[in-house]
Amino acid sequence: MREVTYREAVREAMREAMRADERVLLLGEDVGRYGGAFGVSKGLLEEFGEERVRDTPLSESGFVGAGIGAALGGLRPIVEVMTVNFSLLALDQIVNTAALLRHMSGDQFGVPLVLRMTTGAGRQLAAQHSHSLEGWYAHVPGLRVLAPATIEDARGMLAPALADPDPVVLFEHAGLYNLKGPLPEAPAPVDIARAAVRRPGRDVTLVTYGGSLGKALEAAAALAELGVDAEVIDLRVLRPLDDATLLASVARTHRAVIVDEGWRTGSLAGEVAARLGEQAFYDLDAPIERVCSAEVPIPYARHLELAALPRVEGIVAAALRTLGR
Amino acid sequence: MTTTVGLDKDDLLTILAPDGTVDPELDPGLDGAQCLRMYEAMVQTRVMDERLMNLQRQGRIFFYLASTGQEACSIGPAAALTPDDWWVPGYRQPGAFVYREVPLKLLVAQCYGNAWDVTKGRQMPVHYAFREQNMVSISSPIGTQVIQAAGVAMAMKRRGHAKVAITYIGDGGTSSNDFHAGMNFAAVDKAPVIVICENNGWAISVPTPRQTASETFVQKAVAYGMTGVRVDGNDVFATYKAVRDARERAVRGEGPTFLEFVTYRLAGHSSSDDPKRYRPEAECEAWRAKDPIERLRLYLEARGLWDAAREEALLERCRKAINEAVNDNERVPRPELISMFEDVWAELPPDLAAALDEERQARGEGRFP
Repeated sequence: MREVTYREAVREAMREAMRADERVLLLGEDVGRYGGAFGVSKGLLEEFGEERVRDTPLSESGFVGAGIGAALGGLRPIVEVMTVNFSLLALDQIVNTAALLRHMSGDQFGVPLVLRMTTGAGRQLAAQHSHSLEGWYAHVPGLRVLAPATIEDARGMLAPALADPDPVVLFEHAGLYNLKGPLPEAPAPVDIARAAVRRPGRDVTLVTYGGSLGKALEAAAALAELGVDAEVIDLRVLRPLDDATLLASVARTHRAVIVDEGWRTGSLAGEVAARLGEQAFYDLDAPIERVCSAEVPIPYARHLELAALPRVEGIVAAALRTLGR
Repeated sequence: MTTTVGLDKDDLLTILAPDGTVDPELDPGLDGAQCLRMYEAMVQTRVMDERLMNLQRQGRIFFYLASTGQEACSIGPAAALTPDDWWVPGYRQPGAFVYREVPLKLLVAQCYGNAWDVTKGRQMPVHYAFREQNMVSISSPIGTQVIQAAGVAMAMKRRGHAKVAITYIGDGGTSSNDFHAGMNFAAVDKAPVIVICENNGWAISVPTPRQTASETFVQKAVAYGMTGVRVDGNDVFATYKAVRDARERAVRGEGPTFLEFVTYRLAGHSSSDDPKRYRPEAECEAWRAKDPIERLRLYLEARGLWDAAREEALLERCRKAINEAVNDNERVPRPELISMFEDVWAELPPDLAAALDEERQARGEGRFP
């Protein structure tokens, strides 16, 4: 075991992928000389050269569209988009081509593209950098959507994503890059089909993903102090959702709180709640609770930003409500 | 070093004049067989367009989009490229598919969306895709294919393949975000891509002065640092030569080329609009006199390769071929309903597997797989 940051784990995964497969290349804004807006790709240009670590012109639809073309042409591009907010400039390329092409072409053309993008708030970058739009991407058939919330997943999700013959969107929460933790010298491969139980418990299920996992685990620790044994499920795969793991948990705990940094209306939290309502109605002993961001653009000022996001106290209170406390 | 031909409207690469005479200095030197192959593909394309537009009027297919008057824009380039160069086309280059010998019955099947359709009844008519010919599915959102073609070209270069990608947009498409993104990316990357603007004067009902204040579309190439040539799009020798030269530059590592093909859409944008409602008929008449097929026919006659009897035989052959393709397709069943669930991903996910099972069980069939 060694100590690494989430950022280093993603970098190590990219380095490993590029060493293993000549077809893998990294495209994006400032990914080369600067080492990425969040410092993830530092050192890769020096090791792999400009042919494989490409600083592209500043156009999201440009470098995502070029990534699609490169994937069609037989390469395995990783495209870094600075934030999910900026990915909206490339949404047509992602949704109208990458996600649809296999089906539209009758299985003649697939787009094996990996899109990495930062999501979420907490760094005082204000509304146009800080939103959580994972739910929009999870809406679209043809995409696989992943949200590594741990150092192991940050390290282990890239390889299976690159092996996937279809487009994969990987969401890295901006607040996680400095997270530090142990990682084995030779990390095991990660299953990109299943949710993970991060903390087993009997009384209530906290369902979350990405940057909210830490808050859910903190809330579970606080709940333990109050004599409540919370189970924490990390969705990890936002599309296709792993219903089986969710349903098995709720069958044990009979209560569910969904923690999602996205906005509540039309959210991934809403989708999870609907699935539990459809498939676990008779297991539930209390209404499903949702803890989401306030339905406002994420503000800049620190106290406003924090107030807009899901908070540990809010998760604890919601869990207690499901228990009638 | 980039060069530009076509900074003003009088500047146009023309080799084959409307009267069938050739500029000897610029003659690309095609042999008789090559000329005849291009001519036959042009005639077959026009006959196919007429037949399929009629089929749409009869309600046999839902939609159609003809390329009448613009056949030289796709067939010259198709002849100039190698068979495994990549096409990331727009929707008005059916001639390239005909020239590359995609069977007519597969083109017709795509318009029917039946069980022979390689796109399996999922794409609008004329939005062809043929993997075997490296011809990528046509995209309905305008301009998106330009940057994708630059990406394909980047991959060809990276993999050391001496192949190029060719992509098309219309005059309206030059206003799109991805035209800019694609042109700029291609030029910066020196990608071996050929971007063709098929300037047919009209983006559905909007004339070119409403798309750009530039005097010519080729002027845009200058700003991107790209070689640009303004080409007579109704002159198949000029479209051939311009693309052949662009291909040679691309594989030499000299980067992309932008070609403006000046042409005219003699029919409507698609089966959904009536051009008489938005443009003067006289304009159309003037362009009929510059017909690309007529021009090549006059040339072939002058070269002793063609006469009235051969013309009649060819028309007969083309009509027979398209009629047979249509008649064959009339008997083809629809795609299986359950096929809709396939190919969203390479691997069937649990929810679609469940939907597919439900559909099968509703029909008394077994579980999947």
